[in-house]
Amino acid sequence: MTAITADHLVTRIRDLLAAHPPADTDRTDFLRARFDAGLAWVHYPEGLGGLGAPRSLQAVVDAELEAAGAPDNDPRRIGIGLGMAAPTILAYGTDEQKQRFLRPLWVGEEVWCQLFSEPGAGSDLAALGTRAVRESGSGDWIVDGQKVWTSSAHTARWAILIARTDPALPKHQGITYFLCDMHAPGVEVRPLRQITGEAEFNEVFLTGVRIPDSHRLGAVGQGWAVARTTLMNERVSIGGMRIPREGGMIAPVAAAWRERPALRTHALHQRLLQLWVQAEVARLTAERLRQQLAAGQPGPEGSGMKLTFARLNQEISGLEVELLGEEGLLYEDWTMRRPELVDFTGRDAGYRYLRAKGNSIEGGTSEILLNIVAERVLGLPPEPRDDKDLAWKDLAR
Amino acid sequence: MSDAFDLLYSETEEELRSAVRALLADRCTPAQVLARAETGRPHDPELWHTLAAEIGTAGLLVPEKLGGQGAGHREAAVVLEELGRAVAPVPYLTSAVLATEILLGLGCEAPEVALLLAELAAGRQVCAPALPLTQAPGAPLPGAVRDTGGGALTGTVGSVADAVAADVLLVLADTGLYAVPAAEAALSPLVPLDLTRPLATVTLEGAAGTRLADPATARAAIAGALLSGAGLLASEQVGLAEWCLTETVRHVRGRHQFNRPVGSFQALKHRLAQLWLDVASARAAARAAADALATGAPDAPLTVAVAQAYCSGVAVRAAEECVQLHGGIGMTWEHPAHLYLKRAKAGSLALGTPGHHHALVADFAELPSP
Ligand SMILES: Cc1cc2nc3c(=O)[nH]c(=O)nc-3n(C[C@H](O)[C@H](O)[C@H](O)COP(=O)(O)OP(=O)(O)OC[C@H]3O[C@@H](n4cnc5c(N)ncnc54)[C@H](O)[C@@H]3O)c2cc1C
Repeated sequence: MTAITADHLVTRIRDLLAAHPPADTDRTDFLRARFDAGLAWVHYPEGLGGLGAPRSLQAVVDAELEAAGAPDNDPRRIGIGLGMAAPTILAYGTDEQKQRFLRPLWVGEEVWCQLFSEPGAGSDLAALGTRAVRESGSGDWIVDGQKVWTSSAHTARWAILIARTDPALPKHQGITYFLCDMHAPGVEVRPLRQITGEAEFNEVFLTGVRIPDSHRLGAVGQGWAVARTTLMNERVSIGGMRIPREGGMIAPVAAAWRERPALRTHALHQRLLQLWVQAEVARLTAERLRQQLAAGQPGPEGSGMKLTFARLNQEISGLEVELLGEEGLLYEDWTMRRPELVDFTGRDAGYRYLRAKGNSIEGGTSEILLNIVAERVLGLPPEPRDDKDLAWKDLAR
Repeated sequence: MSDAFDLLYSETEEELRSAVRALLADRCTPAQVLARAETGRPHDPELWHTLAAEIGTAGLLVPEKLGGQGAGHREAAVVLEELGRAVAPVPYLTSAVLATEILLGLGCEAPEVALLLAELAAGRQVCAPALPLTQAPGAPLPGAVRDTGGGALTGTVGSVADAVAADVLLVLADTGLYAVPAAEAALSPLVPLDLTRPLATVTLEGAAGTRLADPATARAAIAGALLSGAGLLASEQVGLAEWCLTETVRHVRGRHQFNRPVGSFQALKHRLAQLWLDVASARAAARAAADALATGAPDAPLTVAVAQAYCSGVAVRAAEECVQLHGGIGMTWEHPAHLYLKRAKAGSLALGTPGHHHALVADFAELPSP
């Protein structure tokens, strides 16, 4: 078999565009055809939206299709599916699961959410208490419990879910990973209003929810290993993004600085330049990480990038509110809304400032990520722990 | 990877790194550096000869037809990372980067320029630009040296780095750029904050030299060299910061207090994790600068200013954390941490402070001051 090269891809892209001219093809139809042509994520296997090609070639595909005016699948709306559910299903799913879920996930016909965190289990995720009990006879699982801070649960068709299947085992061992139908009876989603006034995340109550065993991902009791794959991909998917110089949060501040000289002060100038430089360095660091991944040398920089972006987003958006002076005292709209996507750029500075506070909490807090870097990258000794070998049911709660 | 620049290291660069690192591990340990620094003459001419001539690092920036290695800034940056990691007291930044770039910037038609360049590239001579180490790209050049008639140069330049190791000085006078044999100048060594990069005041009293260029050509060449020097200094700072981080992690893993390794305390783990992030970021910034210089990218001045605005601070912070987290040992003369702190702090003044480079960023990125 010959290796896939950029030239092969360009031919395939031409064929796709010829058979489905973007100008007169329905958006969803085009995306489905793109998936079937193996041009969705080229490093995935053939038949699952890819061609088993090197990951670095995805950039070629994206650029060609963008230039041809082809629709994209709006990763902001389906980020959890793309960044977390898909790589986990690819790594642990059965053939049936991969065939069933990956295509509508990538096309964006089915939005995914992540039912991991619970009121009593956030940073210490393995302490979770949502129960899944196997029904004798049918072999189905019956799930009861409560999840919280679930982004996009209100738009999601499917969820990745972890639940406790054996309380007598230590906390990391008695967990199993499921794919949960958000339309199943017993799934109740309640908006949870957040600091910005809107409800981007939710509480999710699970009462007698029935999940067929065919929707279990990985072996019974192996859910923690599966979840670690999800969490690792969650962090890397943030660091791998490519942005232009002065892209991201620094863009609106720099624009305001240029367009409105009356707002300028010397003290703000110093801070702006410092943050501009740090944003540019963060961009280069993310670019270096991307090049390492593409060259097949995965580095540990992934969890680091999330830390950097969280800190920078918060400092930059804080500076922006201050720069705006009187205008910074105002807020666009406190109406409770349930947005379909997180849109930092289309909103005002107050929203950016408040929403950025979540960057150091969602997807693992900055404190937890610093622990991960210290222990897994630098090899520093772990925190002393006394909960590792105790049965989950005997833990203090 | 069409529009992107290459921020990784090539295999050839890694081979060059191993060669330099092996040499320094053998002949330039912190104890050896300290011992030489205490004599007041930190340079080790034999080490320089091996590094510059035998490994061939002095001519990396010089085209092969002019007697060099025909490599480029990316390779020179790797050498500087290793020199920074070892706080090596060698005149690389001054002779193999700054002086070499000035000569290259003159155009090499003139035989005297080509000849001197070949000498530097072969490591046979060391050349120091007679400029203060603090001279920044984009800042006005000093005009203290005058031709008092018939090429007799008179004037004083302070804080010239590595002048004491130089065979030749490159002197900017009102009438042009001159190559002046070091013996023609009076050098008064200063007591430097950084023991590994000696400074001297250079005094010329009717010194004779060879005129290499007219004033305008000289100034343009010096401006280009300062840009390269600032961009490559970032790599030296990355190497220095990396040594500090690695040594500190090693120390806190082994040092026990309260019946635990002190490195198991979260207060220290978080500081070191943050430092690791800063060093990883500084590496990306420094690589971008080296790559931009190597390819002559139009935005090289901005990329260099970003790297200098960022990497100086990381090197200083890494060295300060190194002293602090070593506790009492870190404050001793025997422990090498102080060599790194002194190099880092002095380095943050060299070739433009972070503040100066922030001001350059303001110009290039069109973010004007009030
Ligand atoms: C905007 C947003 C969206 C989210 N979306 C989702 C989602 O879609 N799905 C989902 O499952 N979850 C989601 N989350 C939840 C998120 O993953 C958790 O909030 C997060 O993991 C932290 O857990 P916690 O809130 O229980 O905080 P806690 O774990 O209670 O932490 C409280 C504080 O203690 C610190 N802390 C905890 N343990 C340690 C330690 N060992 N060392 C030092 N400090 C420590 C934390 O860093 C934090 O500062 C979302 C959160 C936010 C803010």
